[in-house]
Formats: sequence, C-alpha cells, structure tokens
Amino acid sequence: MAFLTELPLQLDALVAEVAAPECGGIATFLGLVRNHQEGRAVERLEYSAYHPMAEGECATIVAEAMAQWPVRVAVRHRVGTLLIGDAAVAVAAASAHRAAAFEACRYLIEELKRRVPIWKKEFFLDGSVDWVEPR
Amino acid sequence: MPDTPSLTVLLFARYAELFGAAELRLALPQPATVAGVVEALRILPGGAALPLNPLVAVNARQARSDQPVSAGDELALLPPMAGG
Repeated sequence: MAFLTELPLQLDALVAEVAAPECGGIATFLGLVRNHQEGRAVERLEYSAYHPMAEGECATIVAEAMAQWPVRVAVRHRVGTLLIGDAAVAVAAASAHRAAAFEACRYLIEELKRRVPIWKKEFFLDGSVDWVEPR
Repeated sequence: MPDTPSLTVLLFARYAELFGAAELRLALPQPATVAGVVEALRILPGGAALPLNPLVAVNARQARSDQPVSAGDELALLPPMAGG
C-alpha cells in the first residue's frame, strides 16, 4: 500500500492492517490539521511531496522500526488540500506487548517528520500564506 | 547537431515559487557536481534566495554537495521537510 494518498485517512484501516493473533497491543498516532499556528488562525493546509523519494524514505524508516522492535506497522500521509480537523498522517504499530508498540509508533512519526520530503503551505484566515519550515 | 548534455532539476514548495517553475532543464555544469548545479541555479532569476548548501537528492536519494552528477540525472532541491 502506498504511503502517500490523496484520499481521507482511515485509522481503522491501518489498525486492521497491523492486527495479528500474536499482537496484544496496537499503538496509533493520528496527526490532525489544527486551527492555529503561532497565534494565527489557520484556514487550511496544502501538502505536497516528492513522491518517489517520500515512498522510498518511508519504506526505509519502516524497515528501521521493524529491525529495532518486533512490530507490524502501517504508515500513511495525505497530500493535497486539508481542512481543520482533517487527518494528515496516521501511524499504527502492533506488537505482542505495549512497550514495543508505543516506542515504534513514536519512532515512526518522529523520523517521518524529520526525513520524508513532504511540505505544507499554510493558508491563514486573514488571507496570508506561509510555507511551514521546522526550526 | 548533438544535444547539449543536460539534467533535470525538480523544485518543490518554496523553491518552486522562487523560480516560478517546478522543473528546469539545465546544461551539465562545470564542475559536474551537486554544488556545481546549485551554483548554476543561484545565478538564474530567483535563484539568489536559494541557501548556499540546500538539501539535494540525486535520482531520489539524498546527496552530498560534492557528489558527481551526469547528463540525464534527476536532481531535486528539497526545502526543509515539514510533513506530519
């Protein structure tokens, strides 16, 4: 399944994908579009990506997580225009016990934000526009 | 007449806006390295605002500034990543 999608994210689909009889826990993370950024009211975000590199980098991060913890994982990121409350990113990690599931889930979202070539443009209610750049 | 050796440069997000294009074709620069391509881009209209050492991928893999490039390569200039 491709990492990037233009369709709405369904967390229950990711949960179903990683669930297995030997797994006693599933940790999930859902990243949402929030209505403010540094005190300014946000109207919407536009996500874009360098698709082939994003898919490759995501596969690398998934492989790293599976090498570190005994987990089954699923990761999706949405591209295109997203409104307040829409899910931009979803991660699920399933394992026999909760510790590995939590740790792998955290690893996946942190590495994804740092390494995967995805960008977002913020459109504010006052009409101004900004590229989001991490500090 | 033979084609001039060239490569493709993909521009994303803020960088695409600087150049007013998502994709450029560039003659293979001298030196034929990532840094040589960045230098060639910086003298194009809009290019002066590029960082001296931006993140670059060659054929979808992150590359160092001294990495050689060849005709037909696809370079991508990557602004700071902001997924999630």
